[in-house]
Amino acid sequence: MTDEAVNLAFARTQMIDAMAPPRAAAGAIGWLRKNLLNSWTNALLTLLGLYLVWLIVPPLIKFLFIDAVWDGASREDCLAEKVGREVGACWPFIQKKFYQLVYGFYPSDLYWRPNLTFALGAALLIPLLIPKIPYKALNAVLFFGVFPVVAFFLLVGGVFGLEHVETRIWGGLLVTLVVAVTGIVASLPLGIMLALGRRSQLPVIRFFSVIFIEFWRGVPLITVLFFATYMLPLFMPANWSIDSLLRALVGVALFSAAYMAEVVRGGLQAIPRGQYEGAMALGIGYWKMMGLIILPQALKLVIPGIVNTFIGLFKDTTLVMIVAIFDFLGQLRAAFADPNWSTPSTLFTGFAFAGIVYFVFCFGMSRYSLFVERRLDTGYRR
Amino acid sequence: MADTMVTNNRPAADAAPAAKMQTTKNKVAIEMAGVHKWYGDFHVLRDVNLMVERRERIVISGPSGSGKSTMIRCINHLEEHQQGRIVVDGVELTNDLKKIDEVRRDVGMVFQHFNLFPHLTVLENCTLAPIWVRKMPRKQAEEVAMHFLQRVKIPEQAKKYPGQLSGGQQQRVAIARALCMNPKIMLFDEPTSALDPEMVKEVLDTMVQLAMDGMTMLVVTHEMGFARQVANRVIFMDAGQIVEANTPEEFFSHPQHERTKLFLSQILH
Repeated sequence: MTDEAVNLAFARTQMIDAMAPPRAAAGAIGWLRKNLLNSWTNALLTLLGLYLVWLIVPPLIKFLFIDAVWDGASREDCLAEKVGREVGACWPFIQKKFYQLVYGFYPSDLYWRPNLTFALGAALLIPLLIPKIPYKALNAVLFFGVFPVVAFFLLVGGVFGLEHVETRIWGGLLVTLVVAVTGIVASLPLGIMLALGRRSQLPVIRFFSVIFIEFWRGVPLITVLFFATYMLPLFMPANWSIDSLLRALVGVALFSAAYMAEVVRGGLQAIPRGQYEGAMALGIGYWKMMGLIILPQALKLVIPGIVNTFIGLFKDTTLVMIVAIFDFLGQLRAAFADPNWSTPSTLFTGFAFAGIVYFVFCFGMSRYSLFVERRLDTGYRR
Repeated sequence: MADTMVTNNRPAADAAPAAKMQTTKNKVAIEMAGVHKWYGDFHVLRDVNLMVERRERIVISGPSGSGKSTMIRCINHLEEHQQGRIVVDGVELTNDLKKIDEVRRDVGMVFQHFNLFPHLTVLENCTLAPIWVRKMPRKQAEEVAMHFLQRVKIPEQAKKYPGQLSGGQQQRVAIARALCMNPKIMLFDEPTSALDPEMVKEVLDTMVQLAMDGMTMLVVTHEMGFARQVANRVIFMDAGQIVEANTPEEFFSHPQHERTKLFLSQILH
């Protein structure tokens, strides 16, 4: 018994300093062992994964690059019997249709106007996205306030001696970007207001927000576009006409605003009551509390959801095709109909190109959102 | 409940003698008269009457659910009372939002869970309200903030985010943040309850310092040592009402009410 009592007592004589963690089995082989082959099932999955990659990647590279035709003037150059070998992607088709895919039927002598708009947009957007570049407030005002107005007059014209270009003949990537950027830029603030409205203490505001959100979420985008394009004019006075692209734009913006509102509301609900109380106890009013304390945290939480909505919106813009607005995909489908370029690989080439273009935009948004998330992480749990 | 009216036997050590001669109106910091509050059908506050003079330090204690937090949260209208009168620094609290914000600007509050803004640095936490509510120039607000961060002894943490600080440090930032608004009254809602035992002292020391500087303080706490050391009055609440109020000496040595005696026997071993 006395022995045990002695063993229970312990007093450290020397504190242990922090040491470096043990080095894991180093090198590529160690990494392989640990991550790919650490059990039989994992080894099997690794092999299966490699097999899938083998199935997909080499044929893709073969189609897109090795067997591809890079130069040509007509369908003849993309036919296997003429070329005398297996033919993959028919890139001359894209080259010849490139301007149509980008500008639609925008007059070719006026291409400088969409080009200038693209350049202005990029010149204002890129510094806005890079955190290190100063003058963010001015930049934001220019991009969100001034740029849309300038872009509108540049693209539509009719003033300052610019020739008027009807939106009816716009098309291609130009329309895709106009619809997507307008939808994205309009839906976020609208969505935030709706989310705040839905959580408002005032019953009237809450009621209207709920009705609005549930209505737009309850109807398909196709219905909205159809209604805006074909039904709305029936209810309007005869001499009252709104541009069809504008109607589609408003429809897309309101539609995505409703989705955005619910995403933002999810973020608002995750903010603990204490944050509101902390702000209120300092005498900070409702709008400042929301703008300075609640929304910055709530929006940060739902960046994945917001970007998800943006990406969904970007791809949903292709639906404007059904109301006779020819966006990027619409122009592509029109190009397929050209008998000059009807070859067995035209369709695949076109869709591969469309896939790459959409992927570049969507993947860009996705990576940027990950970057923003990491940057805004201040490591606070409560 | 006339017995809870002013019983200020121990004016703050550094109170100017002239203050005694002033009319009671200027000396009263907070007046609660016949305050009732319900959560749905639940009667949380029942006829609370309390008069707090400037520079008074009041400790409020009682079992959980007794309404102590609710009571001090009524003082800056984080909770709404349904009956009775609450006058803070001469402004009566009604549903007038302007008046509420006016009162909140002059009444600092420290919470159990700190409620710091995690997306802002310590310095930004402290300067936010002075800049946006008091319209203070940023430079000046930062100077004021650094002054108070120095007083709570963590100026070196100014550039860090709250998530990088210990609980005790966060609570001291919360105190500094409230002080930056130059409040006339400070409310503390269980400021040490969420802290590790080793960090309680650093926060209490800060509060003692504040009391010695003559701040009007209402503190909901179970730290009886703190009550003994700095309180003018200890108030004991149970079932939404003030059961007993007295000087700390009398409160601890000669509790009058049975409920107080029971409570003290439970917490003082």
